[in-house]
Amino acid sequence: MNSTDRGQPEWSLQAGDNANVIVLSGDWIAQQGHLPEFPADGLRQARPGQKLIFQTHDLGRWDTGLIGFLWALKQGAAQAQLDMRAETLPDAARKLLDLLPDRPAPAPPLPRRRYAPLAAIGTVTIDSLTEIGTVTELGIETARGGVASVTGRGRMRLTDLMSNIRDAGPSALLIVSVVNFLVGAILAFVGAVQLRKFAADIYVASLVGIAMVREMSAVMTAIIMAGRTGGAYAARIATMQGNEEIDALTVFGIPVSSYIILPSILSLTATMPFLYLYGCLVGMLGGFTVAIGMLSVTGAGYFHQTLNAVALNQFVFGFIKSIFFAILIGLTSCRIGLQAGRSAADVGVAATRAVVVGIVGVIALDAIFAVIATTIGI
Amino acid sequence: MAPQTPAADTSDTLMSLQGITLAFGPKVIQKDISFDIKRGSIFAVMGGSGCGKSTVLKSMIGLLRPTAGHYLVDSEDYWTADPAHRQTVSRRFGVLFQSAALWSSLTVGENVALPMQMLTKMDPATVRSQVELKLGLVDMLHAIDQYPSELSGGMKKRAGLARAMALDPDILFFDEPSAGLDPITSARLDDLILNLRDGLGATIVIVSHELPSLFKIADDGIFLDAKTKTPIAHGAPSWLHDHCDEPQVHAFMHRERETESGRTD
Repeated sequence: MNSTDRGQPEWSLQAGDNANVIVLSGDWIAQQGHLPEFPADGLRQARPGQKLIFQTHDLGRWDTGLIGFLWALKQGAAQAQLDMRAETLPDAARKLLDLLPDRPAPAPPLPRRRYAPLAAIGTVTIDSLTEIGTVTELGIETARGGVASVTGRGRMRLTDLMSNIRDAGPSALLIVSVVNFLVGAILAFVGAVQLRKFAADIYVASLVGIAMVREMSAVMTAIIMAGRTGGAYAARIATMQGNEEIDALTVFGIPVSSYIILPSILSLTATMPFLYLYGCLVGMLGGFTVAIGMLSVTGAGYFHQTLNAVALNQFVFGFIKSIFFAILIGLTSCRIGLQAGRSAADVGVAATRAVVVGIVGVIALDAIFAVIATTIGI
Repeated sequence: MAPQTPAADTSDTLMSLQGITLAFGPKVIQKDISFDIKRGSIFAVMGGSGCGKSTVLKSMIGLLRPTAGHYLVDSEDYWTADPAHRQTVSRRFGVLFQSAALWSSLTVGENVALPMQMLTKMDPATVRSQVELKLGLVDMLHAIDQYPSELSGGMKKRAGLARAMALDPDILFFDEPSAGLDPITSARLDDLILNLRDGLGATIVIVSHELPSLFKIADDGIFLDAKTKTPIAHGAPSWLHDHCDEPQVHAFMHRERETESGRTD
């Protein structure tokens, strides 16, 4: 390798005494580009039966760019059955060339993909049924662990439960407040425009109260928890999977259900109903603020109208709903975390899936509750 | 150390693998694995990178069900036993994972304590003293309140070893214990393993390709081949070093290039 500039990289095939001579000159630096490629018929003019040697007096600086060219040349020489004398190359270049296989390994053929609709439907069906079975089994196992904990035979550690409750409850208050306040305010805005036309301003209180208690607070809080806590659970468990931590639990025979899933579901179940009630209050406060600011409604009137409009059983219904949402989010996010692969990318995939499945699941479950509520006349 | 064969005296056999085949779906990792492990011995599972050593260990600790063959622990078939009984047998195992696999949300002390708290009826004071004892054995008492992320590689391995011993297992499995450790730490770990075997009377199964460590501690072993996907030699590493003619094993034991294929391994 020489430090002075020797110009453009060039090569030529010349006839020497009883030998084919490849003359290399110039700087062969891959990153500078414009390197000559060795053509497939580059040795057509070589005299057969004679050795192939190199002349490198005018070769300047070189790096792997030259080796790439020489590798192609080596394959050409093998094909033309010429005896290539690599020892006439610079020592370092010969060593690198020696490391390379005689020819690049052929790429493995891509597996043929045939689209078989029946098989695909079958696979999806079996997978879905298996998944439902697995989640149910996990749920039952966790419930059993829960019962055992209550009766004092369980092995759940209280410290795990308390730290989970802290994460799921108090630290979620701010975001639950902001979202529910704004939802209450938005409902009041939308209602105000319509109700003012009929001079029925006071009914904004009923609209906001019923909407928050019946649907919005429970669903919005559940969506927040699915995004916040569900995603975090899935990511945490998926990371544990990648670090062999779940394997370590399994080998010890520590049930994943009582070490991880039970505290997760219990903490969500313990906090969500209260976050729901809190969300109702904050949502009504949002509606109240808009009503006082925009409409001819008094504070006492708003308060009175709200009390009249919202019955206690609707609170109970919302409370029960949020318990089911909590179980759904806890169970699906833990399951998705446990099912995750072992790479860093899988952690991201698991977190995303947990959030998506959690949100869609909450809304679907809410629809089922709406049908039940209509049927039993709440 | 004399060579061992599967047909050797079985009176003192603790574990026995008979014709085990391991596969992930259609992809066979290793087949026809048969060997016995004597009580109180240190048995090495050897082989080059990617030959399936860790997979064999996984099946021995109950994480991967073999597709064929029998795995006997004290003459009982591990995989055909009902799950509850299998769990009882697993309670005799202590495992040091390749990455140590400490529970990252718990401190070192809590890591050792968790199996005792979850699986036994020990009172908190006994748990505490047992944790201190186990950490003391591996010289990690000073790190009892540290989290795994604050530990160096060697410390993680030692903490993992203390956790593996939490329930006083009589069979210890080590997956590449000295991988990623400097030679001095690695030699210290070897001494620790030998002392624990002698002190606790445990049987040790070790997966490794670290030659100095294998020569020093292993009494017996098996060599897995990545190409034929089956064991090709059986015996103590030092005996294989001196007497085995199998080219692959010879190259491995003498840290040489493989002679037949001509490629550096």
